[in-house]
Amino acid sequence: MSEATVTIHNPVEEFLRMDRIPHIWCPGCGIGTSVNSFAHALTDANIDRKNLAIVSGIGCTGRVAGYVNLDSFHTTHGRAIPFATGLKLANPKLNVVVYSGDGDLFAIGGNHLIHAARRNIDLKVVCINNLVFAMTGGQTAPTTPGAVITSTNPYGTYDPSFNLPYLVEAAGAVYVARWTAFHVKQLARSMEEMFAKKGFSFIEVLSPCPTLYQRRNKMGDGLDTMKFYKQVSKVRNGAPTSEVALTKSGEIVVGKFVDRERGDYGNLMHDSLVDALGEDYVETEACSCQ
Amino acid sequence: MHADPAGVLTGTHFLDGDHACCEGALAAGARFSSGYPITPSTEVVERFAARVPTVGGTFIQMEDELAASITLQGAVWGGAKAFTVTSGPGFSLMMEHIGYAAMTETPCVFVDVQRGGPSTGLPTLPAQQDMMQVRWGSHGDYEIIALCPNSPQECFDLTITAFNYSEKYRCPVFVMMDEVVGHMTEKVVIPVPEDIEIEPRRYTTLPPEEFLAYKPGADLVPDMPHVGAGYNVHVTGLTHDERGYPDMRPAVQDVLVRRLVEKITKNVDKITLFEADQIEGAEVVVVSYGITSRVAQKAIDMAREKGIKVGKFRLITAWPFPEKQIAEIASKVKGIVVAEMNLGQMVREVERAAAGQAVVRLVGHAGGSVHKPEDILKAIMEVAR
Repeated sequence: MSEATVTIHNPVEEFLRMDRIPHIWCPGCGIGTSVNSFAHALTDANIDRKNLAIVSGIGCTGRVAGYVNLDSFHTTHGRAIPFATGLKLANPKLNVVVYSGDGDLFAIGGNHLIHAARRNIDLKVVCINNLVFAMTGGQTAPTTPGAVITSTNPYGTYDPSFNLPYLVEAAGAVYVARWTAFHVKQLARSMEEMFAKKGFSFIEVLSPCPTLYQRRNKMGDGLDTMKFYKQVSKVRNGAPTSEVALTKSGEIVVGKFVDRERGDYGNLMHDSLVDALGEDYVETEACSCQ
Repeated sequence: MHADPAGVLTGTHFLDGDHACCEGALAAGARFSSGYPITPSTEVVERFAARVPTVGGTFIQMEDELAASITLQGAVWGGAKAFTVTSGPGFSLMMEHIGYAAMTETPCVFVDVQRGGPSTGLPTLPAQQDMMQVRWGSHGDYEIIALCPNSPQECFDLTITAFNYSEKYRCPVFVMMDEVVGHMTEKVVIPVPEDIEIEPRRYTTLPPEEFLAYKPGADLVPDMPHVGAGYNVHVTGLTHDERGYPDMRPAVQDVLVRRLVEKITKNVDKITLFEADQIEGAEVVVVSYGITSRVAQKAIDMAREKGIKVGKFRLITAWPFPEKQIAEIASKVKGIVVAEMNLGQMVREVERAAAGQAVVRLVGHAGGSVHKPEDILKAIMEVAR
């Protein structure tokens, strides 16, 4: 009888900074799950990782930049998008991903997000939406649905919330999709599609925050939330984004909602300056700092 | 290294300070600016927006100063030399990212064309009221470098110095103009590129496997990696170790923050710039900076005509403060007159450095116009008495 050697190997290990693992995310959190989908998307789409930079803001999802083995920037709260804008414009060859949370991107960073979408800057934005400010203890966020308990709405929320795909489409994004942490394959495929787009692309990933959202609202743990996502999610590709708002326990419409073409900022700038300046225009060369 | 000829408008020009500052940035190699319009600074980026597409660079109009002050840092990591330009209310909004630049050691330049405050204050009129804000405005312990031009020529020259210092010490550097210097038009001589010294970015020569992003050199400043070259650098505003990884231990904080401070304080003699005139044998020395130094010059001339021995000490670097020089002056004179367009900011540093060795007299001004030379003269005469 021969002895088999079993090697335990994480298939996305080379993509991670293993010297920083274990990560800080709670059991049942969907952020790590989404990073796994992201790693698979990079592999499956054969993305050149050397030319890929990732930019995060502050919060639980903001920590993603610290765990992935890429050029990575953990910026200030809400400002991942403007940082990424500068990075992309100074070095147009870079593929720039923004990976951050709903509080970071839509509360403190909301203004930057809508302007980046308006400009159609070539950024790939992944927004993990756990429906609260999680890092700070589960306060009400612009995404928190009505009639749930948060640490700052102990008697229930009454702030109307943003419908993220609707907002981002209206602001000008060329690609808008939503999945949940249950839809790992679909999410990875969407990320691959996003990499193929030029312009401002956006994926919302609904994620449990078992510690601060599900527990406070007696919605069970991470596994219960996966079952809930499975049960109430409905794939409706091309659904009008005005109809995909989230509620506490209602249907979660998932799928690809927007996939359209519009000149991206780099091209608009280039064409306009060529028109105006002709041969006097000198295009930005990447990474030539004296 | 010499300036890239593409950005250098060699010749003799008639420029205002804002435009001269823009030419200084281009000569220094700046190829990126992200801005938000605010009087009296906007002319700097208006000119940059017109000029930079012809030399290979980008100007982007951002949605606010929070964005402008971090977009430029993304551009720096993308490989550009970058700056932004603002005035008081916008400067207040940028404080967050001055801290980020200090913590992440992102070489960048901020130009503040000062106007009267607080709040919206005097949008079109001068002041020098951001001198403490530039030093202490963002939270936490850190050091910055701030330069104070007093003419359009110096707006050109010191903007180049600002970029050079930012690359050498990897910290945010500030050009602290004022509305008068920004809007006054004078002769500006732009040299040939070979006569403009440029500090190149300190890119590492180590391969990725040997490189540690925040391991300092002998001068306490670490080298930078190229982004997009396989270094897989991690940059964070969190307290971090030499790898750039977040580490919340007090010992790591101590090593990092002390180094951020000491890379400036231990190099203070190499950084400090000032103009001193007739300090030897003076009874009174007038300390001033920016446009106020030119009004003070008039007062000094008037006092000298009256036979008073007056020296002049002009701060070119307000920060780090030339403490040693002021202490030495204080040990030899009766008194020091500090003229500044605020109700007492740099005078506190002068008092601290003088440490009671000489009388220190403030000639303050709430902003909105320059001083009357007579007010400074009066203080000189009182102190000399």
